[in-house]
Amino acid sequence: MFRHFMALLLVTLLAAPIMAQAQETADPAAAVQTDRTATGGAQTLEDILRRQQGLSVDDSFRRQFGDPNSAAGITEQLGTLGGASDPDLWRALRFNAADIKVSAGGDVAKVLVQDGGMAWYQFRSGPLSTYGGWLLLGTIVALAVFYLLRGRIRIDEPMTGRTVTRFQFIERFAHWMLAGSFILLGLTGLFVKYGRDYIAPTLGKEFNATLLVASKFVHNNVAWAFMLALVMVFFMWVMHNIPNRTDITWFAQAGGIIGKKHPPAKKFNAGQKIIFWSVILLGGSISVSGLSLLFPFELPLFAKTFTILNDIGIPGWFGYGPLPVDLTPQEEMQFTQAWHAIVSFVLMAIIIAHIYIGSIGMEGAYDAMGSGEVDEAWAHQHHSLWLDELKEKERGGPASGKATPAE
Amino acid sequence: MKAMLAGFAAMIVIGLGAWYVLGEMGFASAERMSGPSVRLD
Repeated sequence: MFRHFMALLLVTLLAAPIMAQAQETADPAAAVQTDRTATGGAQTLEDILRRQQGLSVDDSFRRQFGDPNSAAGITEQLGTLGGASDPDLWRALRFNAADIKVSAGGDVAKVLVQDGGMAWYQFRSGPLSTYGGWLLLGTIVALAVFYLLRGRIRIDEPMTGRTVTRFQFIERFAHWMLAGSFILLGLTGLFVKYGRDYIAPTLGKEFNATLLVASKFVHNNVAWAFMLALVMVFFMWVMHNIPNRTDITWFAQAGGIIGKKHPPAKKFNAGQKIIFWSVILLGGSISVSGLSLLFPFELPLFAKTFTILNDIGIPGWFGYGPLPVDLTPQEEMQFTQAWHAIVSFVLMAIIIAHIYIGSIGMEGAYDAMGSGEVDEAWAHQHHSLWLDELKEKERGGPASGKATPAE
Repeated sequence: MKAMLAGFAAMIVIGLGAWYVLGEMGFASAERMSGPSVRLD
């Protein structure tokens, strides 16, 4: 089921090209109903061959264990097994259906064979690495091509030499705490993901091991700064990021990125609002799944989430059956880790584009978060409505909130 | 620039603080996922 779920996610996130491939390997409807009378209900050669080919196999018949009614008498041969056989016991262990009792470790220790781990490992070292890596590299290449074609977005009007305060100290402080922690978390996360594949063969296993131990330390602890900054940024900017009619104009003119027009915008334009909500929603999701990973087995997320998704019927929209809701503690962690990584890759790609437009992509953009002061010419070009509001406030107009009634 | 440096400094302080506090509270993996009867040597 892990593979089914990940295929569903990839279809959702990476769209059509992957869909065909994912369905080919993951469609449960492809399981063939096999006649097993010849083996007395046990596996057939066909089952084994299908499994070897990586095709779906309906193994529900292997999860039926023993039959007390057909048990031999207690004094008879095998009578002590109570209608079960040794293979039954092993299959019960294999499918986590045996009545396991442990003196320590709780539900985690009761899982003796955790075959979901293999699907997780294959997903993590296969599609996650491949598509995640290409997503980041593709974003960088796309931005480089865009830069070559469009060049830097210049300020059309001459600089006035007069500046306005774009962001207060506390806003810039929270932004940079969020930015610094995200970059550290992103890099250390990528080290953990790709270290064994690319760092160990080139710089050596010892170096890789040391780097990954340090990465884990940084990743686990810097996460708190990220979460705190995320909350700060949310409360400071949410009111400015509620969609409104100016966003339609912004989209209609492609944000001024293509062509020479510069659509009017308030403090944040529609493109910045997309960045804001991406950071809040995806960053929030990464934070929740990260907390679940920080406290292993304490905060399971997916059985509950899958129940809600199944109730809505979302898997059915993509032609899949219900998602599994009876998850072992280990499977919970595996889903959480996979989700954490998928959402992180998507947010990293978005943030790379954000870093581009906030630095080399647009003249004067860095000053807004650097010193907090921007030239009025820049403000007029990119945030004309916001500049008008500021001017109105300076003049003590209605927008200032300081207007006193006429006496 | 001051805001940026202050943000980075706060990130380091929070990170080290989290490491210290969680360690003191016994939330290190070694403490949560192991016990005195486990031999690691």
